[in-house]
Amino acid sequence: MARDRLVPLLAVAVITFGIVGITANDSESLNGFISYLTVFITTVAIFAVFALGLNVQWGYTGIFNFGIVAFFMVGAYTSALVTKSPSSSEFVRYVGGLDLAEGLGPLNLEGLTGFVLGALAAAVVSGIVAFLVAIPALRLREDYLAIATIGIAEVFRRIAIEEEGLVNGTRGLTGIPRPLHDLVSPPDYKYIYLAIAVVVLVIIFVAIERAARSPWGRVLKAIREDELATAASGKNIFAFRMQAFVLGAMIMGIGGAVYSANQGSIVPDTFSHFFGTFIIWAMLMVGGSGSNRGAIVGAYVVWGFWTIAGLIQPHVPQVAEALRLDSIRSDLPQELEARTPYVRDLLIGLLIVVVLLLRPNGLVGEERRVSLFAGREDEREAPQVRAPATGSAEE
Amino acid sequence: MVRSLTRTAALIGRARREYAGQVEQVGTVGLWLLIGLLLVVGVVYARQYLVTGIIVGSIIALGALGITLIYGILKFGHFAHGDMMMFGAYVALGAFVGGGSIGPLSFGWGMILAIFVSMTALGAGSIAIDRLVYRPLRQRGSSAVVLAIASLGVAIVLRAVMLLWWGPDQQLYVSGIHPAKDFPFDIKLKPDQIFIVATAFLLMTLVYLLLFRTKMGKAMRAMSDNADLARVTGIDTEQVVMWTWIIGGALAAVAGILLGIQSNMKPELGFTLLLPLFAGAVLGGLGSPQGAFVGAMIVGISQEVFVGIDLPFPPFGVPGYKPAVAFGILILILLVRPRGLFGKT
Repeated sequence: MARDRLVPLLAVAVITFGIVGITANDSESLNGFISYLTVFITTVAIFAVFALGLNVQWGYTGIFNFGIVAFFMVGAYTSALVTKSPSSSEFVRYVGGLDLAEGLGPLNLEGLTGFVLGALAAAVVSGIVAFLVAIPALRLREDYLAIATIGIAEVFRRIAIEEEGLVNGTRGLTGIPRPLHDLVSPPDYKYIYLAIAVVVLVIIFVAIERAARSPWGRVLKAIREDELATAASGKNIFAFRMQAFVLGAMIMGIGGAVYSANQGSIVPDTFSHFFGTFIIWAMLMVGGSGSNRGAIVGAYVVWGFWTIAGLIQPHVPQVAEALRLDSIRSDLPQELEARTPYVRDLLIGLLIVVVLLLRPNGLVGEERRVSLFAGREDEREAPQVRAPATGSAEE
Repeated sequence: MVRSLTRTAALIGRARREYAGQVEQVGTVGLWLLIGLLLVVGVVYARQYLVTGIIVGSIIALGALGITLIYGILKFGHFAHGDMMMFGAYVALGAFVGGGSIGPLSFGWGMILAIFVSMTALGAGSIAIDRLVYRPLRQRGSSAVVLAIASLGVAIVLRAVMLLWWGPDQQLYVSGIHPAKDFPFDIKLKPDQIFIVATAFLLMTLVYLLLFRTKMGKAMRAMSDNADLARVTGIDTEQVVMWTWIIGGALAAVAGILLGIQSNMKPELGFTLLLPLFAGAVLGGLGSPQGAFVGAMIVGISQEVFVGIDLPFPPFGVPGYKPAVAFGILILILLVRPRGLFGKT
């Protein structure tokens, strides 16, 4: 038990040490150091929202979604379109522009009302999209939903590019309203946004934790472990899977809303498979499928790892010199050096494979006991709940 | 709202179960009629696009054939297949040394050699990946979804290796302009495109012969039908798996190279390719080799013909909507006949 807790703590400690150490070394002032860390934590919080959404789908219910970026994109665009004011130029064309951020008069609350309404709209639209995709695909083999979600991600990106009047095509949307923006000076806004992102994350975390500990959550896990047995005990498998898929997509939509308000501008190319889908899968696998804390730890560790790998790039020549590896380095072709950032992509892929092979439960792993009422004493005798990664052979 | 959604979902589910038989019968007839309509419209209004569709379709078919074989034998969706295709294209780019040109083609024997090098490399590479990743998971009794996620990891790794080694920009085998030649019925074709179709059909014939005329092919089909039964009759299932990877990998390599000849290659393209590949394989019926061929052809032809017919509403006339056409086919087949045109129940 102690060892189980030690590994995630160690991973978090190493990442924290790396991030703090390197940024402290690189920053020229305390202010720069703190602002770098603020942006880092904000990004982790946003990624953690997506990882939590994926955990509801994959971790709890065993549904796999390879098109997370579709819901991310739908959420980001929806919230942007409802909070922005209508276009005033004929060169910037988009639908909507409900102006919820500034058009509500006394209810504006510095744009906070608009932000909340935007996030809710993002959740609703993402949920509807998920519902429509799931009707043909969710009842069939699991792989079909994965293909359908890849498809919907690709189609949405195309629609955003081709239908120029919809979301302004490849030029994208700029000036997305940011809540509470007028309270502080622009350089200090990141601290406000950190608070907003963390509050959203905490609300979603608490809500999912409660849902997972409810009878509803246990039915989801039961479906994941043994669909037939759950159906035999009278549960409507399709309805539960549908609920989990839609709920997960809604959370991803909210994540998209939080992302777009943080960025202030989005273009169709923002929504790549890599950052929208692959890295989020890596986060959940590393953290531990089936555990909400795991999803957050995974987002922290993977994004931290990604950031550290990026931060040490400029130091590589010095290190190579110190280790007298310089001669090897100069033998490599010049253009290869420009591509070293892709080593990070490679490691993200390897991370997924290695976790599946060596530590299928991830860093944190799934809790065995999820009911508030089940007796503590049988915990030791209870058979280990299998995480999906080690799931049984389906025959 | 959740409750009403649930109720709707359950209602749709019940309706689908009750009318499953009728939906499938009507749907199947409707599907074949649609396919016929597509071909007629293509022949009459968009002949050039129909021919391009056949070229693209034969490339997709090689990939879809691999996906369907891997699915039949190993029972999981291989999501690294698109990236494997791109990888094959790049390996051939690395092995391609030029070497003049054969007749009117834009490349020479150097390309033929590069194709063989890439086929060998991908066949061997697929076995290596299976030994390192999929076999340990298989032996542990992991479910199909876990294997599929492992293949996503493999896809990311392959793509990163391509980005590292060959860079993110698109590349060509032979640059320069290769004029198309005129053929009867107002069709213009490049000699390279005839090479593409000929190579694809030759390989598909070879796979057909292997599956239906050799002992290994028989073992593969047996394992695809029922793996346990195949094992108890003494079939060496691990060897069947090995051959599946060799064939799947080699076909993916050629498919990628042909795609590189037809248009260009780019590491990013790999994951996007999954949509037409799977749409073709699912349309034909996952696990059915003949189905993969027919399905891929229909996907390829629809993608091009829809773009060729200029109607004032999407997806017609907009090249960017090719993936949307493949997606539409996928959703349609999942709704009316999820086992595909040639799949077993």
